[in-house]
Amino acid sequence: MAIDADTARKVARLARIRVEEERLPALAKEFDAILGFIAQLEEVDVEGVEPMTSVTPMRLRRRADVVTEGNRQAEVLLNAPDARAGFFAVPKVVE
Amino acid sequence: MTALADLALADLTLAEARDGLRAGDFTALELTDACIARVEGGRALNAFVHETFEVARERARFADNRLALGMSPDLCGIPIGIKDLFCTEGVPSQAASRILEGFRPPYESTVTRKLREGGAVMLGKLNMDEFAMGSSNETSVYGPVVSPWRAEGSEEALTPGGSSGGSAAAVAAGLCPAALGTDTGGSIRQPAAFTGIVGLKPTYGRVSRWGIVAFASSLDQAGPMTRTVRDAAILLRAIAGGDPLDSTSADIPVPDYEKGLSGDVRGKVIGIPREYRMEGMPEEIERLWERGREWLREAGATIRDISLPHTRYALPAYYVIAPAEASSNLARYDGVRYGRRAALAPGDGVAEMMERTRAEGFGPEVQRRVMVGTYVLSAGFYDAYYNRARRVRALIKRDFEEAFAQGVDAILTPATPSAAFPLGSASDDPVQMYLNDVFTVTVNLAGLPGVSVPAGLDRRGLPLGLQVIGRPWEEGALLDVAASLERAAGPLPGPARWW
Repeated sequence: MAIDADTARKVARLARIRVEEERLPALAKEFDAILGFIAQLEEVDVEGVEPMTSVTPMRLRRRADVVTEGNRQAEVLLNAPDARAGFFAVPKVVE
Repeated sequence: MTALADLALADLTLAEARDGLRAGDFTALELTDACIARVEGGRALNAFVHETFEVARERARFADNRLALGMSPDLCGIPIGIKDLFCTEGVPSQAASRILEGFRPPYESTVTRKLREGGAVMLGKLNMDEFAMGSSNETSVYGPVVSPWRAEGSEEALTPGGSSGGSAAAVAAGLCPAALGTDTGGSIRQPAAFTGIVGLKPTYGRVSRWGIVAFASSLDQAGPMTRTVRDAAILLRAIAGGDPLDSTSADIPVPDYEKGLSGDVRGKVIGIPREYRMEGMPEEIERLWERGREWLREAGATIRDISLPHTRYALPAYYVIAPAEASSNLARYDGVRYGRRAALAPGDGVAEMMERTRAEGFGPEVQRRVMVGTYVLSAGFYDAYYNRARRVRALIKRDFEEAFAQGVDAILTPATPSAAFPLGSASDDPVQMYLNDVFTVTVNLAGLPGVSVPAGLDRRGLPLGLQVIGRPWEEGALLDVAASLERAAGPLPGPARWW
């Protein structure tokens, strides 16, 4: 399957990565090479095979529904590029 | 100031250093200073990217106090290098990515916490491929690690392999006795093979992933990189075990791997998978593999030809599953909560902020994998790519299960399809680079333990490694096979110092 620049643009958008328009054809070509490599999987008969979930069958551990950590606002915000008044700050999202 | 003779302390194995510390032959501070001097003298390798010498000296003094009281754990006072992928409290933890520039976690990963509590001395953070995506350490924002090894008569800079290239170079060059790596498709074993050291990827779930920057959560596993098999056994015990903070870690008892280490392979059945004999494989790799078979046979093991029929589909399955998981894991880097945010243009909204941040913050290979992952998970392709890859993964695991059910105890393969290659020689073609992991990636997909053991030098004097693959949770038996190979290979020279 050939990936065109439109598909590359769409994927970049979904991945939230800005790609300049002139880079799209080259990117599409890279995707094409990788997807061509992946296409070998079509040869495998997977009829009736369940997708693998874990190495050793084990039930996902559950813990009691209680607060284990809390009151760490300062630490949570410590590495934020922009934090104000105890919140993460981002560009305006509502008009 | 450390006396010149004391620098040789940095050449001790982890076991020797531990025994020497306990016997009072030298102090943890002396050992740490010897390693620090080596790190300072080894900056040309670009292995350590965040040096934490003050932290190291403080922990060494503390370790000396514990050692004076007796009853110190194995790692007490041992200097260790930590891959940049591990979150370490108050110390930059960047996964070699621009997007995590300035990030200082207020917490400690479970593995590094265990080491810290056991008295280990963190020397600093080690270089790697960005987000552990790469096989040559060339995708790092810090620039590539240069291997301490050079081909005979050549000054060409070689890759130490990747993604744990800094860890491999640091241990091979004698900057520290041991380092932590992580392995998603071969990222411990391939660089270990390229630099002539031991690299162990434990069974998936053996070691907690909590606090390790996630790449592909169903494949990632941390493990030891050391100069000897015994050292790998010691370090594995120190980091292994179930963890309430990682629901995929297993509550399976952790044995004393060092105590159990006999190197005895008598009566063991070693499988030789015919599918690992690749077309175009260099003759030297084939000969190395043959020698490994001979060594194990001479040590009393039974060598048996086996088939793992889905081997050739492992890399394509991996390059669906790993990018899919990466695209999901890396969605968190949005410029909001931590890490770097791009400068915005007037009128930019949240979407533009994220798109600019991720375009500036991620390097080309990470962008490529995130987008491939996004594509294979997108509506209409999810079944054709992602679900199909997960089914193929089940078949790859079944191949191993059948071999083990037929009495095979361990599987012997080459670790890599070649010796280390020159920096810059393989970076333009992503698919070509992916082939580096052809022998290692199956092990991650099946969740098995695997170890790379130095087995000799090629004719240009570069290290080559053999890989042993074990049954799930049986790292002890795996290490016995590794120790048998190590003994048969005999002492191998280290890299000649040029840096």
